[in-house]
Amino acid sequence: MNRYLPLAITALAILALATLFLVIAPGMQISAQGPSQGLKPYTEAEARGRAVYVSMGCLYCHSQQPRSLAQAPDAERGWGRASVAGDYAYDDPHQLGTMRTGPDLMDIGDRLPSQAWQLTHLYQPRAIASWSIMPAYPYLFEHKDKAGPDDVVVKLPAQYAPKSGVIVAKQDALDLVTYLQGMKRQYAPPKDGLRDNGYALIAEKQRDATDATTASN
Amino acid sequence: MQITETLGLLLALSFVISLLALTILIWAIANKQVHTPDADDARTIFEPGEGADIDYPDKPHHFDTARSGIDANSSSVVMWLIAAAVFWLIYGSLHGLAASLELHLPDLMSGTAQMTFGRMRTVHLNSVAYGWASQGGLAAVCWIIPRIFRTNLRMTGLLKVGIVLWNIGLAAGVLAIANGWTDGLEWLEIPWQIDIILAAGAACFVAPLIATAKNRNVHHIYVSGWYFLAGVLWFPVLFIVANIPGVHHGVEQATMNWWYAHNVLGLWLTPLGVGTAYYFIPKIIGKPVYSYALSLVGFWALALFYSQVGIHHLIGGPVPTWLVTLSVVHSVMMFVPVIAVAINQHVTVASNLWALKESMPLRFISFGAVMYTLASFQGSIEALRSVNTITHFTHYTVAHAHLGAYAFVSLVLMGAIYQIVPRATGKYWPFPRMIAWHFWLNVIGFAVYFFSLTIGGILQGLAQLDATKPFADSVILLKPYLEGRSLGGGLMTLGHVLLAINLIAIGFAKKTRETETENMVAAE
Repeated sequence: MNRYLPLAITALAILALATLFLVIAPGMQISAQGPSQGLKPYTEAEARGRAVYVSMGCLYCHSQQPRSLAQAPDAERGWGRASVAGDYAYDDPHQLGTMRTGPDLMDIGDRLPSQAWQLTHLYQPRAIASWSIMPAYPYLFEHKDKAGPDDVVVKLPAQYAPKSGVIVAKQDALDLVTYLQGMKRQYAPPKDGLRDNGYALIAEKQRDATDATTASN
Repeated sequence: MQITETLGLLLALSFVISLLALTILIWAIANKQVHTPDADDARTIFEPGEGADIDYPDKPHHFDTARSGIDANSSSVVMWLIAAAVFWLIYGSLHGLAASLELHLPDLMSGTAQMTFGRMRTVHLNSVAYGWASQGGLAAVCWIIPRIFRTNLRMTGLLKVGIVLWNIGLAAGVLAIANGWTDGLEWLEIPWQIDIILAAGAACFVAPLIATAKNRNVHHIYVSGWYFLAGVLWFPVLFIVANIPGVHHGVEQATMNWWYAHNVLGLWLTPLGVGTAYYFIPKIIGKPVYSYALSLVGFWALALFYSQVGIHHLIGGPVPTWLVTLSVVHSVMMFVPVIAVAINQHVTVASNLWALKESMPLRFISFGAVMYTLASFQGSIEALRSVNTITHFTHYTVAHAHLGAYAFVSLVLMGAIYQIVPRATGKYWPFPRMIAWHFWLNVIGFAVYFFSLTIGGILQGLAQLDATKPFADSVILLKPYLEGRSLGGGLMTLGHVLLAINLIAIGFAKKTRETETENMVAAE
């Protein structure tokens, strides 16, 4: 290659092509779907809690995208049904995630609805599960001599409780728990919901092949 | 349903376009319809008469003098970039190591929000991707482009403005992330308000490099130049488009996210690494690359296929099936450009293995080039649905990412730094044996890192697919492998410290190399 301009134009054209296929075309298809029936916008407290979730980087260990039963036993673990694009209509930034050092949280509000459990777990995960490697978030809580009238006191086993006084949740911790409690995706997914059906298609083909073999025998 | 069929058609179309474009290119080369780069073109990196001997690290190279004016002109920009890159390498490595330790010692640093895993990990990624690899790569670009074009680097003042803006933006960005202000998308965490500074910094690199290309004194653009010139256009476009706020939300945003994140690797860091290796391997050995015509196929196939692989990060997720399949197919097609580059680079090194003993920079760069082949092969296989279902949400992916970004890109760039700095400063490395120590610490540390997370990741994935096992099993079994990763990461970081010590010490060294070069010229 000896000329710069054709090189530059072709290189940028290829990037434009990729953008068309990876961003623009799917973007049009997804936005045409709209929010799933049954999905509610976040309340103010949930939105504040979601901001805490984002700022703490929960995303780097927790996904929010249960897989289909054709692929993995996510639903059997209580992580919820396979999600579709419309389930995320109110998410900005999206928090789909790419890692499961911890479990999927798409349906955590149904699986672990207790505020007390969530607060204890956020203050010190090992107070609940000794094997947990999740960070503790003590700075979302306050150590007080005596709880005030509106304070939510965190229940702690003796090993993790302060020598005197109580641990109470700050607003950030309460909001974060409200967000987690609101993560409920049990409503029926739309019939034409968008998701990667590759594994279901493979399973279907394999079933057909087995059926055909059985029939020919 | 109508729209799904239309999009299925688009998928087929994209694949056919890419395949067709590649076929036309191969046909054109075979029938000499385009100027096929030949062995003469491959020699444009050499001066007339050069190329009989290896470029030794411990004595001046005869042909440096022919270009000394060009080198001298770009040296300050290059040294600024290298100093900044190595700073971010150390800063990023320490954060990576801390994040790694936190995963098996969760109560070690849980006192402040700034030090929580989710933030330390993110500061690590942004520091090493945008601070270390991007600036290390740009240092190589600013060094190599004037050399292959045989002309001075243009607008060096603007380049320095770019460097300053980029580092101010990045420092503000990681500070924001550590304090909880983030855009919340992987690879795009730096708040868009701060991204404006970074975008301005990146834009400052475009005009000087185009101007240098326009004023070149050679007809042919050497292969490194294709990768570099395309890369410096691709990156600003990607970065600016991806950071425009308020355009996307929900799953749309997720596809945009992975279009961007994988293209930062494919169309930015990879071109920097491959282009650098394409220059230094033949240059240090003193012989042109094995099959120069093949490099043309390698370059365009990379652009066509790599640009569309990103959605393999969402396999099995809430995105249209056709889109995932598109990215899986293109991931597999990556075998084409990777094999083309592999033949060129590895055959050149393999037929001159003795040179690896003579030149530590060459050893870093050749090792990195081999890792590019392996990382890409692994990536193609990892994208297959049957393999991905095990590895998708596991630390296997982290190992793969480091095989590409670390063992390939970072080692190539470290080799480039060891090669460039003596030539840019006219000084020898004060502690040459420390370079060998750095190499082995990185290679051994990385091997421990990679195999720990690869094995741990597979076991983690298998445990999570087994409905009879509680989730806790996948966490408990992973712990020893996470400890292994910290050990490997510790050795890698130690290697980086050796590089930093050498770099600081060379600042105080005498200009012995320059004096020797002058004496050599005088003697001739």
